[in-house]
Amino acid sequence: MPNPADQRPDPDTLLAHVQQAERHARRGNLRVFFGAAPGVGKSFAMLGAARELKAENVDVVVGYVELHGRAETEALLAGLEILPPLSLEHRGVTLAEFDLDACLARAPKVVIVDELAHTNHPGARHVKRWMDVEELLDAGIDVYTTVNVQHIESLNDIVAQITGVHVRETVPDKVFDNADEVELIDLPPDELLVRLREGKVYVDEKVRHALNSFFRKGNLIALRQLALRATADRVDAAMREYRQDHSIRDTWAAGERILVCVGPDPLSERLVRAARRMATALHAEWLAVYVETPYLVRLSREARDRVLQNLKLAESLGAQTENLSGESVAAELIDFARTHNISKIVVGKPSRPRWRDRLRPSLVDEIARNSGDIDVYVISGEPGAPTIRPPRELHRSSQWPAYLKSVGVVVAITALCALLFKRIELSNLVMLYLLGIVLVAVRLGRGPSVLAAILSVTAFDFLFVPPLDSFAVSDAQYLITFGVMIATGLIISSLAARGKHQARVAQQRERRTGELYALSRELSRRLDLPEINAILVRHVTAMIDGQAAVLLPDAEGHLLDPTHFCTRGTPGKSEMRYPVPGNDLGIAQWAYDHRQTSGHGTDTLASADAIYFPLNALRRCIGVLGFRPKDPRQLSIPEQMHLLESFVNQAAIAMERVQLAHAAQTADTQIASEQLRSTLLASISHDFRTPLASIIGSTSTLLDDASNNLEPSRRRELLRSTLDESQRLHRLVGNLLDLTRLTSGPVDMKREWAAIDEIIGAVLGRLRDAAAKRDIRLQIPDDLPLVRCDEVMIEQVLFNLIENAIKHTPPESPIRITVKAWPAVMEVSVVDSGPGLPPGEEELVFDKFHRGRREAAQSGFGLGLTICKTIIDAHGGQISARNLPEGGAEFRFSLPLDPTQPTA
Amino acid sequence: MSTSRARVLIVEDDPQIQRFLTAALESHGYEPVCAESGAEGLRLATTRQPDVVIVDLGLPDMSGLDVITRLREWFQRPIIVLSARSRESDKVGALDLGADDYLTKPFGVAELLARMRVAMRHHVGGEIQPRVEIGGLVVDLAARRVTRGKEEIHLTPIEYKLFAALIQHRGKVLTHRQLLREVWGAAHVESPQYVRIYMRSLRQKIEDDPARPHYLLTEIGVGYRLSDA
Repeated sequence: MPNPADQRPDPDTLLAHVQQAERHARRGNLRVFFGAAPGVGKSFAMLGAARELKAENVDVVVGYVELHGRAETEALLAGLEILPPLSLEHRGVTLAEFDLDACLARAPKVVIVDELAHTNHPGARHVKRWMDVEELLDAGIDVYTTVNVQHIESLNDIVAQITGVHVRETVPDKVFDNADEVELIDLPPDELLVRLREGKVYVDEKVRHALNSFFRKGNLIALRQLALRATADRVDAAMREYRQDHSIRDTWAAGERILVCVGPDPLSERLVRAARRMATALHAEWLAVYVETPYLVRLSREARDRVLQNLKLAESLGAQTENLSGESVAAELIDFARTHNISKIVVGKPSRPRWRDRLRPSLVDEIARNSGDIDVYVISGEPGAPTIRPPRELHRSSQWPAYLKSVGVVVAITALCALLFKRIELSNLVMLYLLGIVLVAVRLGRGPSVLAAILSVTAFDFLFVPPLDSFAVSDAQYLITFGVMIATGLIISSLAARGKHQARVAQQRERRTGELYALSRELSRRLDLPEINAILVRHVTAMIDGQAAVLLPDAEGHLLDPTHFCTRGTPGKSEMRYPVPGNDLGIAQWAYDHRQTSGHGTDTLASADAIYFPLNALRRCIGVLGFRPKDPRQLSIPEQMHLLESFVNQAAIAMERVQLAHAAQTADTQIASEQLRSTLLASISHDFRTPLASIIGSTSTLLDDASNNLEPSRRRELLRSTLDESQRLHRLVGNLLDLTRLTSGPVDMKREWAAIDEIIGAVLGRLRDAAAKRDIRLQIPDDLPLVRCDEVMIEQVLFNLIENAIKHTPPESPIRITVKAWPAVMEVSVVDSGPGLPPGEEELVFDKFHRGRREAAQSGFGLGLTICKTIIDAHGGQISARNLPEGGAEFRFSLPLDPTQPTA
Repeated sequence: MSTSRARVLIVEDDPQIQRFLTAALESHGYEPVCAESGAEGLRLATTRQPDVVIVDLGLPDMSGLDVITRLREWFQRPIIVLSARSRESDKVGALDLGADDYLTKPFGVAELLARMRVAMRHHVGGEIQPRVEIGGLVVDLAARRVTRGKEEIHLTPIEYKLFAALIQHRGKVLTHRQLLREVWGAAHVESPQYVRIYMRSLRQKIEDDPARPHYLLTEIGVGYRLSDA
């Protein structure tokens, strides 16, 4: 009913419209050539339209057209670009199919794809052709296609009712409804029949008989009417949309929501279609639910499959679906309806004898009584439609031991009663029997309890009730005893069954919550990506037996072979390489690219035996989880699928968190290295300027001295200082270069057998002038082992350490260089007897830009020790500095010794 | 002495270094010829027939190593290589290709002249002295005997071969590979540890202070040199 407050368009609806318009701008247009029956000339009209486009120089290609040998249609193809069909091998037969990938690669403006309702051959990417078309539209390609009215999902059953021919190939209504243009190709039934007689309509020999009944005039009239009405509905909808877009006030239904209850019976399919038609008519949202009760739990697998099919059908028709479980269908439905703001409930009225209605109110009655302000629509079932009952044989076979046990219990009680007979009252014996029945009812269920009750009554009557050893009953009051016994058994057993079911449901729910909790707890720790992958595959395979793997993309978004794969809790071995079939990677890639589940049981490449879940995080898809269950039926259980999806979502969020953390860390590092760079620049410019000032000063003095006024000794002094300062600059540049080389990426080392004593000798040779004046004491054993190291780098370390010792200590103080070989390491220490390091800064000296003393006369560059540390670290050794108690500083480094010394 | 002035070809693209080398060499009685690229250097080497070639390893048009390879196809006289520090493998490569010696930039003129002298002496005076004096040591190459004063120093055959090889190229650097080939044979050029171990024992027998060698000098990352002093 129109609500006065609802005169303005709902903002959400408007937003949805804007979004839809945006999507439309990017999406291709779908133009449907719609007909009432085969042979009305849809393909002909479509190709005619294509020719017109071609004449207007529009880039149009023919993706796929069924010619059925019609010459006039074939003639229209002349001059049009035709995509070669895809050849698919299936069981030795080569089948032609529309080549989706070729078409996407060709990317025309418009593509002609005949027969929208066509079911693709196995091996094609999608199950149905309309899915191919959706992908084309998503890619921004306009599509021209054809559909007959009997292929429209929601009209499917009406057509079947009219014609008696059930068409399996259907197109979801949403595809038809969302088509940008629907062109009705109308042909009066008489003309169609003439065409048919002239052989202008393609008819497969195998179905000729069926089609003959299909092409009856009465049918054709009805079909034409349906097609006309569907088209009119569309025009109507377009008009409404126009009004809405232009804010033309109109009465419109305020937020109707329709709920349909489905079950395993065939009636449910009709219910779903009826609900869909009602929802369309009312422009309402609709939901389909299945309520699992203890009674329905016992359904056969086929019946459960039918439930799933019905839910799937509802989903394909645009419904939200939900699985509920509870004691009473009516109570659960009403409860759900209230929490979900349902305005109308659609239920079926199963045909059943009236006496049963008297005994227990039917579902319809129960719902009607409790629905309150919710409207209830009852759709009647077809007379004689079979109702589904839980199979009995299954239970019987499995319950034989239970019946035997129940007999045993009665025998035991009878034996006990025989002992007590005459000593206690008969009514107390009855109590013993009753106890037995209660036990049987609780433990063994209804059937055994009834059996126990009958046996108990029989035994009690025969053995203990006078007249003894006969079934005759002298006292009518024992009939009450029998009645009570049987009733007790029935009530208790049904209570017990109910309790068991609830326990089972609770257990399942608990298991699910528990598993989710376990997963989220594991994922909440600080983890890296491989760990999350490992956790995910472990949990998935622990829940459903099978193989799971996480596939991650490379930098270009191509998925790589799995990094983690696992079969039931144990990390996979190499022979279980996953995925095995090569094209599985393609299916996974599709899931990644489209952020949709693909593979087994989905709409995309359903023939695969594994399913691929995209790891969709908030901002992007992180990778794909591939899962190949041992029993593929596990995947059709909605509960399992929901749980799997929850797992995947949790893991995806955890992965995104890790990636974001990583990105943040990288940013931090960048900031730190920026800071480092500016410190470095500041430090270097100072270190460069000092020697440069002295060089420029000295040389300019010499140049200015044109008249040779300077003393020769003074000139030499200036020249000497120029040389010294230049060498200082040289060392500084060398250190800078080394530092850059060592800290920008992995250290490129050339490790060879080297002798430390020899390197020390070479360093002292290089430092000859400075070293010659100093008292340098060496303690080096004669038989030092060789070390595997980069000789040039270790020389650099020793040079820096020894030069530091010379520079930072008084000229007369001694310097000691000691080398010791331990079993696993070679240790070198350089000890001076200078002022030592500032207390507390012993370890800081290895930091970049640290100077022993600020403004010291000797510029320390700060880089030398950092270089030493980098080099020693790269060699797997250790370097440290400390002040000695007797004064002076010790720099000590160690290098690992190779246990296998070379022989000469 | 203008007729006997030794001609030095400088293959170096840096004008400052060219200028200072030219000045230094002229003032020490050499006749410098400059080439700014490898190709020009190769051309001038054929037309001007220099006595020594100084090649910078970092040239604009071709690798200095290629220049050495091409020169060594016909040019017998000394080649001295100029290289940057931390490019030890380039130095070793140049020496193994037939360069006589190397200098690390920056270098002093005195060093360059010393290297040139040694290299030219080896090329001019081809004959080997049967008796060589190194510090207080006398090496009788004919008798394969090393003595210090009256005392004979006993060397193992390999130590002696190693010492003899260095004596033969006295003042010149020898790479590890060159020493290994000469002493141990071509099959052992990839076993530098041999040289390290025998050089140590040789130093212990010959040097006064083996930790601070005076004669058997180590060129870190490149090889060894027997001091010319």
